[in-house]
Amino acid sequence: MQLTNRAQQVVQKEMTLAERLYLPAIFAGLSITIKHLFKKKATLKYPEVKREFAPVYRGQHVLKRDAEGRENCTACGLCAVSCPAEAITMDAAERKAGEEHLYREEKYAAKYEINMLRCIYCGLCEEACPKDAIYLTDRIVASEFTRGKFVYGKDVLVEKMDDRIDVSQRKKHYSIVNN
Amino acid sequence: MAKVTIDGIEIEVPEGTTILQAARLIGPEVAPPAMCYHSKLKTSGGYCRTCLVEVTKGSEKDPRPMPKLVPSCRTTIMDGMEVGNKSSAKVVEARKGVVEFLLLNHPLDCPICDQAGECHLQDLSYENGTAKTRTDFERRTFNKIDIGSKIQLHMTRCILCYRCVKVADQITDKRIHGVLNRGEASEISTYIENVVENDFSGNVIDVCPVGALTDKTFRFKSRVWFTKPMQAHRDCDKCTGKVNLWFKGEEVLRVTGRKDQWGEVEEFICNTCRFDKKKTSDWTVEKPAPINHHSVISANHYEVFVKPTEFKLNVVKPLSIEEKAN
Ligand code: SF4
Ligand code: SF4
Ligand code: SF4
Repeated sequence: MQLTNRAQQVVQKEMTLAERLYLPAIFAGLSITIKHLFKKKATLKYPEVKREFAPVYRGQHVLKRDAEGRENCTACGLCAVSCPAEAITMDAAERKAGEEHLYREEKYAAKYEINMLRCIYCGLCEEACPKDAIYLTDRIVASEFTRGKFVYGKDVLVEKMDDRIDVSQRKKHYSIVNN
Repeated sequence: MAKVTIDGIEIEVPEGTTILQAARLIGPEVAPPAMCYHSKLKTSGGYCRTCLVEVTKGSEKDPRPMPKLVPSCRTTIMDGMEVGNKSSAKVVEARKGVVEFLLLNHPLDCPICDQAGECHLQDLSYENGTAKTRTDFERRTFNKIDIGSKIQLHMTRCILCYRCVKVADQITDKRIHGVLNRGEASEISTYIENVVENDFSGNVIDVCPVGALTDKTFRFKSRVWFTKPMQAHRDCDKCTGKVNLWFKGEEVLRVTGRKDQWGEVEEFICNTCRFDKKKTSDWTVEKPAPINHHSVISANHYEVFVKPTEFKLNVVKPLSIEEKAN
C-alpha cells in the first residue's frame, strides 16, 4: 500500500571518474568558503562595536528619578498587575518626614524587584505606569552565572544620580496624542 | 403593585418603591450608579446626583413627562411610569457633567490611594466620565486631621456623600464626627480628635465609596489586587462575625464586611473583628469571596476564574465570503 504519492525509487548508479576523484567537489566547496571571506560580515565584535538600536528597543528596565532626584515610583502596583509574565514584585512603605528629597510621593517602593528571567520584554509595565517611573531602555541584560542574580532589585533598577538615563526619545515615540 | 418601565423593560413592584430599587430589581444593566445612596442606611441618598434619570411619562393617570431629571434614589414610582436611564441621551450627558463635578476637586491620587481597585468613583468615572479634565484651578487642600489610630481620613478625596455621617448616626450610638462648613469648603471632621472609638465606627471605612476613609492597619500594606478575598466567620458577641478576609499568601492583611452586588455592605461588623482579629486561626474560612471578573481584584486569580458568558459569538461574526466579495 502506498501511503503518499511522494515515494521515490532509490537507484544506486555508478559514479563517474570525476566524481570518484572528489577533487572538483572539494574545490567547489572551498571556493564558496573563500568567497565569504571577502564579503561584508553580518556580525559585529560586540562589546567594542555596538549595533544601533531603535529608539523604542526594549531592554533592561530603569526606574526613573525626577529632575530633583526623587524617585518617581509610588509602588502603585499597576506595572505588576499588567505584567503578563508576573515578573514584578514590590513592597510599599510610607515616606517619613525628612525623606521628601528621596521620594516624590507619600508612598514609595521600599522593595522593587524584576525577575529578568521571567520578563518577556513586552513593555506593558512601561505603558501601565502612571508616574513616569519605569522605562525599558536599550541596555542589554548582562549574563550571569547564577539564576538568583537575575532578580534585579532597586540597587540595579533605580538610575544613579551621576549616571542618568535618557528616555526622552522613547517618550517622544510613546506620547499619546490627545485631540 | 405598580408597573414601571425602565429603559424599555417592564417590571411590577410594590407601591412606594424608588426608581433606583426598581431598576436594581431588573438588573445591573439598567440600574443607575449611586454614590451616596446605601440600601442599609436610612435617609441616605439625594446628595451626589449620579443616579439622575429622565421620567418620560409620569404615570398612567398623568402621562406628562417630568420637567427635569430626577434623582432615582429619592423618587418613588407611579403606576405606568416610564423611565429612561442609559437609553436617555439627556441622562448620559448629565451624568458626564456630574462626574466632572465630582472630580473637580478630587486629587486623582489613585496610585497612592488604598481604595484603588475597589473605588466606586473610579468605576463611575470610567463608565460615565470623560477621559480628560478641563480644570485649571488649584484643587482643594485641607490640613491633615488625625481621627484615631484605626481609621485614616483623606479629606481631599471625600465626595461629601454623607454615608459615613449616617453610619455614625444610625449604627453607632453617638455621633462624634459630621460635616462642617458649607459648599466647597465643607469637610468631614471630628469635633474632638481621636475619639472615633465606638465599637462599630470602623464601618465608615466600608461605606465610604472613595478612599477618604481607609483602614489605617492596612495602609500601604498591599494593593487590593494582590490580595485574595475569602469569606470567613467567627463567633462574635457584638456582630454577626461574617466578614471577608483579604489574604496575601498566608497572612490576613485586612478584614472588611461583605459587600453585595452593588458594593454596599451586607452586614456591619464590629471593630474587634475588623481590627483585632488578623490571624487565620481566629476565623473559620468558608470559600473565596465572589468577585466580578471585570474587577481588577480578580486579575491573576485563576482559581476563581469563571469563563465569561456574555461574549456573544453572533455579535462578533467573522467576515463571510460574500461580504468579502462586495
Ligand atoms: S517588560 Fe513585560 S514582562 Fe517584562 S517586566 Fe515589563 S510587563 Fe513584565
Ligand atoms: S513603576 Fe510605575 S506602575 Fe510600577 S509601581 Fe512604580 S509607579 Fe506604579
Ligand atoms: S468621607 Fe467617604 S463616606 Fe464620608 S462623606 Fe466623604 S466620601 Fe462619603
